Amino acid sequence: MDVIGQPVLQLHQISVRYGDRRILEDIDVDVFPGEFIGLIGPNGAGKTTLLRVILGMLAPSTGQVTLAGKPTRHGSQQIGYVPQKIHLEPDTPLRGRDLVGLGIDGHRWGMPLPNRSRRQKIDEALCAVNATRFADAPVGRLSGGEQQRLLIAQALLSDPKVMLLDEPLSNLDIRSAYEVVHLVSEVAKSRGIAVMMVAHDMNPLLPVMDKVVYIANGKAVTGRVEDVIRSEVLSTLYGYEVEVLRVRNRIIVVGGEGGEYGLLEPSDRSRCAGEEVAAP
Amino acid sequence: MTTLFAPGLFTQPFMLNAFLSGTLVAAVSGLVGFFVVIRGSAFVAHALPRIGFAGAAGAVLVNINPMFGLVAFALAGAVTMGGLGKKGQHDVVIALTLVAGLGTGALFLKLSNTYAAGAYALLFGQLVGVSRAQLYTTIAIAAVCFVVVALLYRPLLFASVTRESAHARGVRVGAVDLLFLVVIGVATAITVPVVGALLSFSLMIGPPATAAHLTHRPGRAMALAAIISVITVWIALVLGYDTAWPIGFFVAALSAAFYGGAHLVSAVRRGGEAVSSL
Amino acid sequence: MSGTWHFILAPGFFANHEVVNALWVSTAIAIVSGLVGVFVIVRGQSFAGHALTDLGATGASGAVMLGANVWYGFLSFGLLAGAGMEGLGSRIRNRDVATGLVLSFAMGLGALFLYIDTQQANATVSMLVLFGSVFVFNPALTPLVIAVGMAALVLLAILYRPLLLSSVSPTLAEARGVPVRWVSMLFMFVMAAAVEDGALVLGALLSTALLIGPAATAVRLTARPGRALVWSAAVAVIATWAGIVCSYDSYYWPPYGRGWPVSFFIAVFVLLFYLAARFVPERSRAVERPSLQQEVKVP
Ligand SMILES: Nc1ncnc2c1ncn2[C@@H]1O[C@H](COP(=O)(O)OP(=O)(O)OP(=O)(O)O)[C@@H](O)[C@H]1O
Ligand SMILES: [Mg+2]
Repeated sequence: MDVIGQPVLQLHQISVRYGDRRILEDIDVDVFPGEFIGLIGPNGAGKTTLLRVILGMLAPSTGQVTLAGKPTRHGSQQIGYVPQKIHLEPDTPLRGRDLVGLGIDGHRWGMPLPNRSRRQKIDEALCAVNATRFADAPVGRLSGGEQQRLLIAQALLSDPKVMLLDEPLSNLDIRSAYEVVHLVSEVAKSRGIAVMMVAHDMNPLLPVMDKVVYIANGKAVTGRVEDVIRSEVLSTLYGYEVEVLRVRNRIIVVGGEGGEYGLLEPSDRSRCAGEEVAAP
Repeated sequence: MTTLFAPGLFTQPFMLNAFLSGTLVAAVSGLVGFFVVIRGSAFVAHALPRIGFAGAAGAVLVNINPMFGLVAFALAGAVTMGGLGKKGQHDVVIALTLVAGLGTGALFLKLSNTYAAGAYALLFGQLVGVSRAQLYTTIAIAAVCFVVVALLYRPLLFASVTRESAHARGVRVGAVDLLFLVVIGVATAITVPVVGALLSFSLMIGPPATAAHLTHRPGRAMALAAIISVITVWIALVLGYDTAWPIGFFVAALSAAFYGGAHLVSAVRRGGEAVSSL
Repeated sequence: MSGTWHFILAPGFFANHEVVNALWVSTAIAIVSGLVGVFVIVRGQSFAGHALTDLGATGASGAVMLGANVWYGFLSFGLLAGAGMEGLGSRIRNRDVATGLVLSFAMGLGALFLYIDTQQANATVSMLVLFGSVFVFNPALTPLVIAVGMAALVLLAILYRPLLLSSVSPTLAEARGVPVRWVSMLFMFVMAAAVEDGALVLGALLSTALLIGPAATAVRLTARPGRALVWSAAVAVIATWAGIVCSYDSYYWPPYGRGWPVSFFIAVFVLLFYLAARFVPERSRAVERPSLQQEVKVP
């Protein structure tokens, strides 16, 4: 995509350490308005950690995050966040629109006063994510995909410049996953919001993804999918032989010794030898 | 009529105190209980008044206003749960804090002379449980609870349903959690003299769960919970006056009855919906 | 020398028939509670475990009303309530609130029973039900109490593997053909037997101390189920013995001749163990930790 102007969000030399464990090292990413970025990597790579750094919830050991040129701060309205899932009982007295409304002023003290413009904003956000149909149903009884849309609407309501989504697809079937990705991409493009979406499987993101940030081994490669998701690049990143297969518009990353699909780290058999197995 | 509204029901000064404080604590319980049910904190609501009970027993032992003991211990319990619960399993911490409270309560009861009768009243509630002095304390504390719940409403709801988003938006979820624990503790503590330590949590669970069956709107559910709770306490007080049976029994039985009724209503309604949508 | 000895153990401790009987019964009960408690913790059912004794108390006060021994009331209501909570819980789905509602209603009933008890007999009966005292335990019941405890342990041993599997991953257990509903129902019975036994020593309100405390201590010390069971039983027994000894001694403490309640001491010792375990540095168990939580990984 042709990006004009300045990056809205810049990650500059971000490193995170827990004690002497290095989780992330020298991560540099520039995010431009309206861009859709996939944040991909194996479990424990540090994707959630990176989002927490961007949100200002975790101070990086080194480096800086700037939003529109200024350092980010925790609680900024400019960054929308969509959590993975909500756990609510079916009988929770909370409608879709109440959940969405929390995106406007949920962080303020006191009760919300019903007024026209508040209602309009909520309706508009519900409409943008195609959620008007179930806006008045109790949230706890909605499906995972429907709840996900409400969460996106909630994040939209603070008028963010950047939207971060942590594995929003992990509980959805393939169709809903594609739907949610399209929805996010469309809404974001039309409002010039940059999106960073964490996903395990990058395939649903392929049609809309402008850039991929692939994290593994504490390091990240950033760039267009064609440039990053290649055998040489990922092999260097992982530090062992990894192969990228393209099958019918799908990308499959195969690694280690004979994994059938997905990415398997090479197992270290020697470590298991003689190790006591906890009695079940 | 005279059997239901026995003479003196509305004129006895202690009944006036009971009605006044009963109404207040019921309303507070309904409002706080709304969040208790949303957050699934029934165990906390169950545990804190019992810890408060230990404080009351201690206050009786050293001869001060039991209300102070109640509130002090419930507060300490809430803070302990908040502090220890951050790491480690929540329900385990609640259970152990409860055990600590009840253990001390058992000791205080044994050491003071009011072993049986006084303890019974604290555990199961009594009509003459509220003195004039306690009434004033109750009014003050209830007022504080109202204000805090109103202030906390949005961040608490936000943190209860989408915790990570609330955190990301700058809600200090840890502080909100702790503050809410404190509110539960204080609100249940003032309920104890009327309804009793063992059963005051009925008011925090029954009416809000009932309300949740009748409406999906949070504001209405809260108001409804408070109303059901107040009605429950009023009926319980009248019946308690007539029969001399423990107030806690009536409160628990009525809460269950209302809940069962609401369950039926919503089942019928949902059945109707299903039919009409065919 | 004998001075210190007498300081720790007031004279006549072992000569006292009731005390020795109490010691035996409570040792057995402590072991049962400690072992069962580990599973309660792994399954996250502390509230349910605690609720069972409260519900048992309703039965116990009902039994007093009918002139029967409290023990029968405890046990029958505990089992009944276990079945009720399990059944209701999966229907309403909101288990926490379901537990609370059942509990609230049953305790309301218990309040009424106790009220009637106190009108009929002397008022201390209700305090005995709620706070218990192992020293007034009826020795004739010893075999029965121990038999119920043993039955619970046997059932637990039979359930061991399916129980662990269905605690960690109900879906996997179901896929493997474990009757998950039955397993959790049977475990409710095991739990009921353990806490109602415990109620005899500690009273209904405090038998949670023996159920949760030692097990919570144990899982902080080790992540292996086998070791956790041993630790938990050991902590439960030590806390119980120490509690009984202190309570016996306390007749010589102020206010003289009244004695401090056993339940208080046992609760204190259990809590001390737990708090001490919290201070065990994270690292020494960090390596083991995952195995209890993720005993079985979903493939
Ligand atoms: N507070 C912490 N203290 C120590 N280590 C931590 C802490 N938080 C996270 N980690 C470690 O940092 C690493 C990265 O965690 P993170 O949650 O960011 O991974 P992720 O890429 O989001 O994984 P997943 O795909 O499983 O969600 C993990 O190995 C985790 O164990
Ligand atoms: Mg993650």
